Amino acid sequence: MALKSSELNIGDQYSEEVCNNLSRTQIVQYAGSSGDYNPLHSDEVFTTQIAKYPSVFAHGMLSMGMTGRMLTNYVGDGRLTAYGVRFTSQVFPGATLTATATVEAIREEAGTQYVDLQLSTTDEAGVEVIKGNASARIDP
Amino acid sequence: MAVDKFPIEAGHIMMFARSIGDPNPIYYDADSAAKTEPGAVLAPPTFVQASAQFDPDYFLRPKIGQEWFGSAKEATGITQREGSGGGGGGGGGLHAEQHYVYHKQLQAGDVLSATTKPGKSWEKEGRRGGKLMFSESVTEYRDQNGELIVTATSVGVRTERPATTS
Repeated sequence: MALKSSELNIGDQYSEEVCNNLSRTQIVQYAGSSGDYNPLHSDEVFTTQIAKYPSVFAHGMLSMGMTGRMLTNYVGDGRLTAYGVRFTSQVFPGATLTATATVEAIREEAGTQYVDLQLSTTDEAGVEVIKGNASARIDP
Repeated sequence: MAVDKFPIEAGHIMMFARSIGDPNPIYYDADSAAKTEPGAVLAPPTFVQASAQFDPDYFLRPKIGQEWFGSAKEATGITQREGSGGGGGGGGGLHAEQHYVYHKQLQAGDVLSATTKPGKSWEKEGRRGGKLMFSESVTEYRDQNGELIVTATSVGVRTERPATTS
């Protein structure tokens, strides 16, 4: 289901909880599907003793993937034209993440309507872990 | 990174969707996908990251018969081999930014190839991790007809020491 330009307003927001109490196993699942087996994400011994982080942590791309779920649920399947993020804070096991899109602009280009969105994903403490932008094709 | 052949397989899409916690049926089932607007099993927006699986030299995957810098019974002390470009970090490097531009829908059955070029690089004084060194890499994913499907820009950052205080 696509968004309609006629029903959208600047400042409209859409939010979803995209992860609840992130498990180490889900991080391992992501390592397996993406092929990024960096031990920083699954190997507690390496990560704490050698790399000196407090614990393994999620791939930035896992947080981006989870945020993408909110995004495609909002704009519809196959509608995204651009999606970009900055990873602003690390995500550790136990995190609960909420992803939010805010309508920034509605525009027309060569007869096609687009929405520009601001994205923000925050953890249970309100810390922003992803800050980004996306654009999607919408219906009139 | 150069990937000659990245087959977009339905089973891989299913596993990827599970791993990002996305239950959208368009990633799981060709029959229900056929009833959607795109009409086919699509790849999730960040799926091309999984091209690492098809990069023979990807440095963050243990290779058969080669030593691995992660721990076994104990930490191995093996130094990590340097990786290429920004990518998903490594070698004291972390992934700072990722940007995708979608030119055409990516769906199960497509076969991509990818070529990566270095982009800009810059330095910044960080508050917690000392000097921050950023580098960009730009990957173009093309389909079996040579058509540009996705342009991916990755920014990696290397720090002088671990950047976490929590």
